[in-house]
Amino acid sequence: MSERALRIGLPVVTLALVVLAWDQIVRLCAIPPYVLPGPGLVLATLIADSSLLWQSLLVTLTITFEGFLLAAFGGVALAIAFNQWRLFEYSLYPYAVILQVTPIVAVAPLLLIYLPQPLAVLACAWIVAFFPVLANTTLGLNSVDHNLIALFDLYKASRWQVLWNLKLPAALPQMLAGLRIAGGLSLIGAVVAEIAAGSAGAGSGLAYRIAESGYRLNIPRMFAALLLLSLAGVAIFFVLSALSHLALRRWHESAVRRER
Amino acid sequence: MSSPDKTIVSLRNVGKTFESGTVALDRFNLDVGSGEFVSLLGPSGCGKSSALRIVAGLSTASEGSVEGPGGAGAGHIGFVFQEPTLMPWADVAANVRLPLKLSDADEARSRAAVTQAIARVGLADFARAYPRELSGGMRMRTSIARALVTEPELLLMDEPFAALDEITRFKLNNDLLVLWQQLRRTVIFVTHSVFESVYLSQRIVVMTPRPGRVFAEIAIPAPYPRDERFRTSPEYAGFCRTVSEALSQAMAGGVP
Repeated sequence: MSERALRIGLPVVTLALVVLAWDQIVRLCAIPPYVLPGPGLVLATLIADSSLLWQSLLVTLTITFEGFLLAAFGGVALAIAFNQWRLFEYSLYPYAVILQVTPIVAVAPLLLIYLPQPLAVLACAWIVAFFPVLANTTLGLNSVDHNLIALFDLYKASRWQVLWNLKLPAALPQMLAGLRIAGGLSLIGAVVAEIAAGSAGAGSGLAYRIAESGYRLNIPRMFAALLLLSLAGVAIFFVLSALSHLALRRWHESAVRRER
Repeated sequence: MSSPDKTIVSLRNVGKTFESGTVALDRFNLDVGSGEFVSLLGPSGCGKSSALRIVAGLSTASEGSVEGPGGAGAGHIGFVFQEPTLMPWADVAANVRLPLKLSDADEARSRAAVTQAIARVGLADFARAYPRELSGGMRMRTSIARALVTEPELLLMDEPFAALDEITRFKLNNDLLVLWQQLRRTVIFVTHSVFESVYLSQRIVVMTPRPGRVFAEIAIPAPYPRDERFRTSPEYAGFCRTVSEALSQAMAGGVP
């Protein structure tokens, strides 16, 4: 069997086996659905509650997407600013790190006090997601081939020309790697903030549904919402990976298929 | 072939000391006439690359005076690095176009110049190829095309063929000489290969290591065009011996 078929086939087989085992264990041990629902019940709940869950998914995805966009533009813009003005970097970089290393779960309740709820959720998604974009883009901008910089000097290129024609394209692989991480993280940020907001009694995203279902012991719906969240995360990862591949496939080692 | 009446590069008592305290050049003198092919020959660390970078204006001399076409604005000097130094995200044509793009050159004229430069180095069929799809020799050809695209008066080459295999290097040596005869540009060529310097140059400047100084200047009066026959001639072998001896003396720190 070809490598490609194995890479797709084996995870599918693994999934089938796990679902089958899950189903059998729930049946054989007669586990009640409020402890552990079987896969069939989760699927049935997913279908039965589809309009409710779909609405919530859209809410969460919108926030994730907005947080991601802000993180992408904010991270890249800040990285460019750091690269262009060293003093600016010295002044702000430590605080970017602090923002990143402070656990977002601890920050979220505070943000909810000071900001209106949708804005607070968005801020959480942004805080978690922007740092990998900033850090990776900064790394990329700073690791340009010094001979190429000398070449641009030789032709008296302006700062703007060096940035646009040399530094940004050179940093693209690292920037895209940062964006790929940021996609997943902005979903996490949105979910964390929704959970925090949910306990304060507001919100309608998927994470809020999970918290709410937990209070009501509606375990099948918790599973269904969790499944949707995971699928959303996987979809985000695939979309960003595909974008990265499209942008790099002609020239970057990471995206070039090698014949053996 | 050269017109020694017009000096294009003149270094007088040039010194270069790095921040680390390393003295790369000390009282270094060099005059290059328009149209000349001069090689700087010496062991690694003898300051020959530093001298080349000072001529290019990529580095500044700590002392002494430097005159060259670098002050006349961008595009008067072409530089070929030891590595091809291409932008991996751009194809051959875009890499060669870069110097013109940076000077906001006229679109139609620069397209013609790029096509011509690529054809000169024999890469006409590879204009749309990306650097990673090319062999080492072809990447170096791209780099040479890029250096020539602005039609510079002065071409500076910093051990450009050092990383290539011998067969490719010989081929590129031949092609470089053909280009030089066609275009009649001035070339300063840095190398640590005696054989390469004798084959290519009209004049070889042998340098001493640490600090870099001129140890000897040796003229190679063999006529051009030079080809494989010259490479295997007793005359060539004789020049190589002379230059080799000068180089070993320079490295031993002796007097000429």
